[in-house]
Amino acid sequence: MTLLRVEQIDSRYGLLQAVRGVSFEVTQGETVALIGANGAGKTTLLRTIAGAHRPHSGRILFDGADVTRLPAHRRVSMGIALVPEGRRLFPGLTVEENLRGAVVPKRRGRWNVQAVLEVFPLLQPRLRLLAANLSGGEQQAVAIARALLSNPRLLLLDEVSLGLAPVVVNAVYESLQKVIGEGTTVLLVEQDLTRALTVAGRVICLLEGRVVLEGESRSLDRDRVVGAYFGLRRPAVGGAPA
Amino acid sequence: MTLVNAVVQGIFLGGYYAVLACGLSIMFGVMRTINLAHGDVAVLGAYITFVIVDRTGASAFVAFLVAVPVMLVLGYVLQLAILERSLRSGILTPLLATFGLSIVIQNLLLITFSPDVRSLGGSAGAVTTAGWHVTSDLTVSALGILVLVVAAAVFGAVHLFLTRTRAGWALRATAEDADAAELVGIDSRAMHARATAIAVAIAGIGGLFLAIRSVFDPVSGPIQLIFAFEAVVIGGMGSLWGTLVGGIALGVAQTLGAQIHPQYAALAGHVLFLVVLIVRYGGGRVSLPRLRGVVALGRASRQ
Repeated sequence: MTLLRVEQIDSRYGLLQAVRGVSFEVTQGETVALIGANGAGKTTLLRTIAGAHRPHSGRILFDGADVTRLPAHRRVSMGIALVPEGRRLFPGLTVEENLRGAVVPKRRGRWNVQAVLEVFPLLQPRLRLLAANLSGGEQQAVAIARALLSNPRLLLLDEVSLGLAPVVVNAVYESLQKVIGEGTTVLLVEQDLTRALTVAGRVICLLEGRVVLEGESRSLDRDRVVGAYFGLRRPAVGGAPA
Repeated sequence: MTLVNAVVQGIFLGGYYAVLACGLSIMFGVMRTINLAHGDVAVLGAYITFVIVDRTGASAFVAFLVAVPVMLVLGYVLQLAILERSLRSGILTPLLATFGLSIVIQNLLLITFSPDVRSLGGSAGAVTTAGWHVTSDLTVSALGILVLVVAAAVFGAVHLFLTRTRAGWALRATAEDADAAELVGIDSRAMHARATAIAVAIAGIGGLFLAIRSVFDPVSGPIQLIFAFEAVVIGGMGSLWGTLVGGIALGVAQTLGAQIHPQYAALAGHVLFLVVLIVRYGGGRVSLPRLRGVVALGRASRQ
């Protein structure tokens, strides 16, 4: 069953066209990775799906309902949560306040403050600290935990490994595997190709705002993905290469 | 002993400035905008109370309780209809919008109420005249104490609201990062509207005290705005309790200035404001060589 349907989305920053006519679907329970070089439009696309950025044209359907015109907070209560690039915690609030406040009363479910602390036990002793005083890995854990507290049906993760030490990235992904194991649908942006191909069942490769490659992680060979990633074998006319 | 009296009267006066500045501080803290119509909003609150007193003959305090919901609605609508739009277009637009609003409010008041000077002192009961002589030189007025108690209550209530309630949490989260707040399910526009509603209602309390302490007319707003703004800056922009301290510091500076010469009251407040501004935002780095540099630059530009 299709949970998310993106139709011909076109997103702009003024005159800059970041996403150009992108369409794809995400099925309930799936884990999909968006990959692509810097400036390919991955972050903009996630922000558009979350409602933090208004698309220029196109439609976004979530669970069959058109959410294109809904503000971000309404989409949260429908079950779309974004872990934004750069984490974006509330730095002057404590970890506990960052978490407690993010509980969405309308969306009760598997995740509450206790449950997310079990997945991210490193946060337990940090609850009273200001979010600004945490390490990068701890901040990322808070950001993911904060998104989970709305009990999302669709979790959008934007570069959760950015700026973290490899060992911390491993820990974050280990926790994420538990979340994915719970049946949450995940759409993630990841720079690390190997990581993306391992975590996700399907990858979508963006190049200059367009989808250039899409397929099951298992069936894709790495060279083809790398080619699409850097636009080495760019198709003469738009669309995915054969 | 007159000095002690001056300080005590300054604290009472400062309580008034703090109430006046509270709303300004909230709006700056949450939206990073300075509401240049804040003084006029306070005066508008005084007029609303005045109209109720005039029509019903009620006490000014009772009338104000009726005016509070009007002010709350006014603030909410003001934010959604005007300020929210201006917030989206950079930092200068909200300033211009509130500056325009200030002119609109003043002129609407002029058309409706004429430039006549009014006061609510007569309808506030015994509190305006009661007082105690502690010693021959030290007088404590009932109104002064009332203002100070209300100031403490207002700041305490706002503090509790911000730290103990879910709505207060959402307001703080919006103040920290409105974009990220949206992503955790907070309606940032509604939060801004609430902040402005609270700010406008508290400005109304300021207006009430202005009207009881002395007199007001349609153009009393701008000078109140300046005192409120000075209180916010002295206490530190964006700090709630700082604003209370800043208001009291401003009040004390003014009454001490008045001890030297009655004309120096406002001047002493301005001087304190400028000193704080230079020390804090100049980072204490306003050294002699640097001043010389400024002078040299001035000379160069004249040539």
